[in-house]
Amino acid sequence: MPRYLAGRLAQALAVLWAAYTVVFVILHVLPSDPITLQLSAGGADISQLTPTQLHILKDRYGLDDPILTQYFHGLWNALHLDFGMSLTQNVTVGSLITDKVGSTLELTLVALPLMVIGGIGLAYLASYVQWRPARTLLARLPAVGVSLPQFFVGLLLIQAFSFSLHWFPATGEDGWRSLVLPAVTMSLLGAAMLAQLLIRSFADTWREPHIATARAKGLSRGTVQLRHVLRNASLPALTLLGILLGYTVTNAVVVESVFSRDGLGQLAQRAVLGQDVPLVQAIVLIAAAGFVVVNLLVDLLYTLLDPRVAAAARAG
Amino acid sequence: MSDNATTTHVTPTTAGTLAAPARPHDGAALTAPPLVAASPPGQGRGGVLATPVQRAESTGADARAAAAGPPGAAAEIEAAEISEADTHALGEVPGWWGRLAATWRPLLRRPGFVLAVLFVLFVIVSGLAPSLFTSYSPSDTSPADKLKGPSFTHLFGTDELGRDLFSRMLHGSTLTIKVTGGSVLIAIVAGLALGIVSGFFGGWIDVLLMRVVDVLLAIPILMMALTIITALGFGLVPMAIAVAVGITPGFARTTRAEVLRVRSQPYVEAARTGGASWGRVLWRHILPNSWGPVGVLAVLDFGTAVLLVSTLSFLGFGAPPPAAEWGSLISHGRNFLITSPWLSLLPGLFVGLVVFSLNHVARTLEEVDR
Repeated sequence: MPRYLAGRLAQALAVLWAAYTVVFVILHVLPSDPITLQLSAGGADISQLTPTQLHILKDRYGLDDPILTQYFHGLWNALHLDFGMSLTQNVTVGSLITDKVGSTLELTLVALPLMVIGGIGLAYLASYVQWRPARTLLARLPAVGVSLPQFFVGLLLIQAFSFSLHWFPATGEDGWRSLVLPAVTMSLLGAAMLAQLLIRSFADTWREPHIATARAKGLSRGTVQLRHVLRNASLPALTLLGILLGYTVTNAVVVESVFSRDGLGQLAQRAVLGQDVPLVQAIVLIAAAGFVVVNLLVDLLYTLLDPRVAAAARAG
Repeated sequence: MSDNATTTHVTPTTAGTLAAPARPHDGAALTAPPLVAASPPGQGRGGVLATPVQRAESTGADARAAAAGPPGAAAEIEAAEISEADTHALGEVPGWWGRLAATWRPLLRRPGFVLAVLFVLFVIVSGLAPSLFTSYSPSDTSPADKLKGPSFTHLFGTDELGRDLFSRMLHGSTLTIKVTGGSVLIAIVAGLALGIVSGFFGGWIDVLLMRVVDVLLAIPILMMALTIITALGFGLVPMAIAVAVGITPGFARTTRAEVLRVRSQPYVEAARTGGASWGRVLWRHILPNSWGPVGVLAVLDFGTAVLLVSTLSFLGFGAPPPAAEWGSLISHGRNFLITSPWLSLLPGLFVGLVVFSLNHVARTLEEVDR
């Protein structure tokens, strides 16, 4: 078991390192000139500068070092969670992120249970209802949820529940009421994906011999669904949930833009608009780290929940 | 994802992106098609460790191979593959027209599929030649008609300058289609190349390429796109490249899995034994028989690309105004949401319908394929 743990941990670190490298290569080695890019983001036009000024500026952002030095320097600092100075705002990237991360986390913590309840509830209904038209309708619903653009859902909700019904505020961040619409928007895509997966695996599981046995023993459909079908289908759903949770920052970009919430997503959008390279790099790394960490946790949960994985981990 | 470093080693046929332990599945032996027995030892482990979606993919593919048999190989090595399901195919080898009709007939019986295809065709045609469907110019302003709701004269209503929104939408389609088409094309070419090289040559090339793919998959697509846009700047071309880089890894994965699956089929071995060169085997046998899932994924990726492109232009990274893709139209309409909700909601619904149609087409193809 410790060996399995250490292996998984090393893997996660390797993926993070590789992600850092990929992002670095894209931002620094692609044909776009990072110096012009970063200087123009800082509000300076490269043609207007004297060579000395250029040199000073390059020196300030560490851009005159050889690319490999920049790479290892950046990696070393990133390991210490130091992402340097933001180019567009005169503060450190770290402080910007710690300022905004709370709002995004709050949103995620509300969206997550909505997602789980919505996804499982829909799949449960779709496989439990026996009236054919309703069953078909319920089974098709997730496909609609997956196709609708998130910003469209957000705008639709604002139009319906905020401008027409005046139930919830359209934008802003005070109190739980302002959290409802963004959280619903954020959870919808995940809930739809979860429902799609579960409907599929419910249908598969219902055809299996051990379900027939359970029914033959005299258990009711409800009991079988709860005790055998849901339980069997819950493991792949857990994997998907991990992935969806890993997409938090990504989802936040759109949702926070629609509802003008001041979180990590908005920060990402503004960073890209201002071509603020260090900030973009840090946010992407945080997104990747979130993804890796959540998936690591899910994998470790598996060793508790799935005896076969536990056995394999003990053996290897 | 992160845990693939171990699983892909033992499961060379694993198809999808997320290898993960599956739920208990006592019925595996019963439902598995006969060809599984002949497939490489990795397949069994794949069944245990892959997610159900992947497993469904691989068993579905096996079932298909067992049921239909490859069209090209049937003519060349008739005796090599005699299974019960194959006999009707061997009895009378249909021409390409007959095969095409046989493929399309079950599809045409599904009204939803036909409707979805027609809608997608309409969007493509109207995007390429918007003047066929609207008499309004997208840039002609008419202050007297500003912010009119949807009606028969203005299908989608008019914006704050009196411009016809339907016309603006169709002209926006031109840009959106160019960007999505370009990005999917790049992704198909790059993904196919990577997948074929990886699956066909195997060895350290395979290991290296798949590790790179793993890492690319660990960075969420939108984040990857944002990074690339930061590096390349705004506009249609950077957007197309960003989306392409985002969807290529998944494409490479699926292609590789398909190539691996087909490569180990008896008819490929037979063709090799018969003296065909690797190039010919690849072109004649492996590629034609790998199309199914790869084609489905291509259609699906079109939907993903449309969503991603409109999201990126919604966020303001697209072409500068007055050019307007779907996403920027919706984003612009936000300012008038209280008084004129159709300005952002109708284009949004339109985008949703396009993506839904594409997904529906992909899913139907997948079902019929099995």
